[in-house]
Amino acid sequence: MSTYAHKKGFGATIWDYLTTVDHKKIGILYLMAGGFFFLVGGLEALFIRVQLAVPNNDFVSAGLYNEILTMHGTTMIFLAAMPLIFAFMNAAVPLQIGARDVAFPFLNSLGFWLFFFGGVFLNCSWFLGGAPDAGWTSYASLTMEAHTHGVDFYILGLQISGIGTLIGGINFLVTIVNMRAPGMTYMRMPLFTWSSFVTSALILFAFPALTVGLFLLMFDRLFGANFFDVAAGGNTIIWEHLFWIFGHPEVYILILPAFGIFSEIFATFSRKRLFGYSSMVFATVLIGFLGFMVWAHHMFTVGMGPIANAIFAVATMAIAVPTGIKIFNWLFTMWGGNIKFTTPMLYAVAFIPSFVAGGVTGIMNAVAAADYQYHDSYFVVAHFHYVIVGGVVLALLAGTHYYWPKMFGTLLNETLGKITFWLFLIGFHLTFFIQHFLGLMGMPRRVFTYLPNQGWETGNLISSIGAFFMGIAVIILLINVVMTQVKNVRVGNDPWGDGRSLEWAIPSPPPFYNFKQLPLVRGLDPFWIEKMEGKTEMTPAEPLGDIHMPNPSFLPVTISFGLFVAAFGALYHVDGKDWALPVLFVGMGITLISMLLRSVKDDHGFHIHKEDFENEDKGGRA
Amino acid sequence: MRKRLHKWRLISIFAILALALSGCGEPFLSTLTPAGEVAKKQYDLMILSTVIMVLVIIVVTVIFIYVIARFRRTKKNENSIPRQVEGNHKLEIIWTVIPILLLLVLAVPTVSYTFQLADVSPMKQKDKDGKTKDALVVNVRANLYWWEFEYPDLGIITSQDLFVPTDKKVYFNVKSSDVKHSFWIPAVGGKTDTNPEGENQFWLEFDSKGSEKVQNQFYGKCAELCGPSHAYMDFKVQTLSQDDFNQWTQDMKNLKKPAAVGDLAKEGEEIYNKSCIGCHANTANDARPEKARTAPNLANFGDRTRIAGILEHNEENLRKWLQDPEKVKPGNLMTGKYQKLDDHELDALTAYLMGLKLEQ
Repeated sequence: MSTYAHKKGFGATIWDYLTTVDHKKIGILYLMAGGFFFLVGGLEALFIRVQLAVPNNDFVSAGLYNEILTMHGTTMIFLAAMPLIFAFMNAAVPLQIGARDVAFPFLNSLGFWLFFFGGVFLNCSWFLGGAPDAGWTSYASLTMEAHTHGVDFYILGLQISGIGTLIGGINFLVTIVNMRAPGMTYMRMPLFTWSSFVTSALILFAFPALTVGLFLLMFDRLFGANFFDVAAGGNTIIWEHLFWIFGHPEVYILILPAFGIFSEIFATFSRKRLFGYSSMVFATVLIGFLGFMVWAHHMFTVGMGPIANAIFAVATMAIAVPTGIKIFNWLFTMWGGNIKFTTPMLYAVAFIPSFVAGGVTGIMNAVAAADYQYHDSYFVVAHFHYVIVGGVVLALLAGTHYYWPKMFGTLLNETLGKITFWLFLIGFHLTFFIQHFLGLMGMPRRVFTYLPNQGWETGNLISSIGAFFMGIAVIILLINVVMTQVKNVRVGNDPWGDGRSLEWAIPSPPPFYNFKQLPLVRGLDPFWIEKMEGKTEMTPAEPLGDIHMPNPSFLPVTISFGLFVAAFGALYHVDGKDWALPVLFVGMGITLISMLLRSVKDDHGFHIHKEDFENEDKGGRA
Repeated sequence: MRKRLHKWRLISIFAILALALSGCGEPFLSTLTPAGEVAKKQYDLMILSTVIMVLVIIVVTVIFIYVIARFRRTKKNENSIPRQVEGNHKLEIIWTVIPILLLLVLAVPTVSYTFQLADVSPMKQKDKDGKTKDALVVNVRANLYWWEFEYPDLGIITSQDLFVPTDKKVYFNVKSSDVKHSFWIPAVGGKTDTNPEGENQFWLEFDSKGSEKVQNQFYGKCAELCGPSHAYMDFKVQTLSQDDFNQWTQDMKNLKKPAAVGDLAKEGEEIYNKSCIGCHANTANDARPEKARTAPNLANFGDRTRIAGILEHNEENLRKWLQDPEKVKPGNLMTGKYQKLDDHELDALTAYLMGLKLEQ
């Protein structure tokens, strides 16, 4: 009961975050950890571009370049983009459906800490003999040849953080199915909730494929199994299939929530209902479904034969249809609207041409016979950066500005925000547009350098200059964050003035129980409906009563930490180190004992009593 | 803001124009200067898909610019609430059906070309000696970080420089002897992965006109990350007219044990026989099995265009390579396989290797 409405000391705040099961605080943890890894991955990107700025450069060595390249991809996908998506899912989804928390608050915390320790473990490789160097795809023939522990860090680190992601996905599925407020039917859910729902389903089906692949690789590398050892009858192409059966849906796992965030922003700042809501929902589900049917387009050159290639080519093209529907729906949401160009809206507007460019090159890649030329060239690098940076990263930056007031109760500076936006956008196009042509001019991807006189000098130099624009943009964003939090100007429920969904009907940040009384939802954009009737609050769906809340717990940290320790034991056991086995057992012990404690200890949570609300002053603590 | 956006668009248009004017890359290396049937087909598909996609982009851009210019919030309409439109079935059907039609236009040639490029039936027709009847077959074997080209029907093996006749389909069997690589000749067509398990087959055609433009030499690349020196895993393609090619195969076949000329070269031969012969071969008809051929064939080494696939072909660079291969190609498998050579030995070996040439 003492967890709210107090100003706390530094140590107490840290402890609070270590033990929290509150989705809003977990959202902040995801934002901070994901943001940190985003900076690390960004730094790696800058190193890559410095190395490639001029031919025959020796800024980094060949081996180190491969490590940086691998860690850039792995970090950005698994440790930056995914957690940042989870940050916004945690921050917004329970509020959008009118819930007091997610379905499994303890698991929510466990998911975060597993991701965090997995990510830290993976990055420990930098200091322990070298990072993984086989690309973020870690194709098996190359990983089997790797002689350092880098790849083992990759396998174990991703395995641990992968469990976290899977747990998170299941949690959000259950939350959205079970925890919707009265009147919040499926077809009244905001589009960000819808896309989170579909993304969670994709996680549920896609991550097991990665888990299986990583397990096989782990058995090969750590225990001498022969799944991928060709000499012993293994087959490395199986890895490619397993990886892409996970890897392609992963692209949609990232992009769908991005679509969701933009859908919210378009509607809000156009002051208009989302155009074609039901077709948007339908398109989201369809993209998710088709996302599982197309993985082999990453493997057109593997030698699957023309029949498989043709089928996967046509299936891939089909995805353009629902994606096109979305683009036009966004355009027509703005059509006839009253558009305010706030920073989030600028990102959303810039997203349309950027993502369309990435989408059309995706279709070009789908043309199997032509893809034989694009595949593994810089054309592909340009393509997926257009969809991931032009789609996902723009959405994450937009979401940061858009949800910042709801998460922290302050509004990021708009001028600095717009400077960040322009620098980032210009840098992004400068960096990646030219790479299409580099690829077509014959430049393979993942090269640590290139010889002069192949016609690639100018393009690479331009690309490297662009990267620094993005770097400066991110620094300005950080300055913006610090300045805003130091000034600490508090904002009200609906700081953008045009909020439509439930999260804007409650204080910023919301009290830890979110809704004193669950709101009654009367249609799509419930808060907008109430506002149009002249009200400033939602109509409650229940009388004021006691609220049941979960207790905080430190166990998610210890469960995850145990696996982190055990992973070191497993990794060094191969070297025959004496201490490796004990470390493995100690680590597993910490995890299993923590799980046992969780099982045997009765934790019924606590109640906030009706009377407390009457004494409470407005709002909670940031 | 509107002005700024306009400016930005103009700049990007100029950038594209400048790029178009600056050409399409180097003709020996660029997919945009196709010099063979496969690359031409692929280029046609690129153009077709680009045209369709530019069409889509134009439609989106027009709506996009109109919308963000026309529906801005101003002081005047600050408090107006737009009509809350739910959707429009007619429009939604239009932008579902039109993309489907556009994709069908693209899907038909995609499927057709995919099958055409995979048609390797002529290489399966063998005569009674087990030789391919009418087609020229080349076995490509990718290794960390070099390429072997074997002409199974001609009994010739060469490395790093691929020799092919022009205006004729050449059929390839590609595979890898270690990790996965990918065989790519951008200007002529590509690409096919060389897998450690099983062979992939495909064909290319090198046209004589395109070859003339590049002095009969195309660049080949490894396109799959294969380790530290992935970036250096280059090879060159020498195109010859059919007659010249026949002559070349004849010369290669006749190339018997090379005779070292001069004292220095003779010394070099001794070093070669002591230190190099375990892995390398100096005749084109190397009878050892594939597994034993762990290093590039050196039969026509003196005629090569590059040292180690990347350095200019001269004695200085050859010395540099022999002295410390690791410096030139990190992670290569030659480093440490032979004892250190002193200056004199380097000179001798260089002289010997540079003398390994076809007789003119």
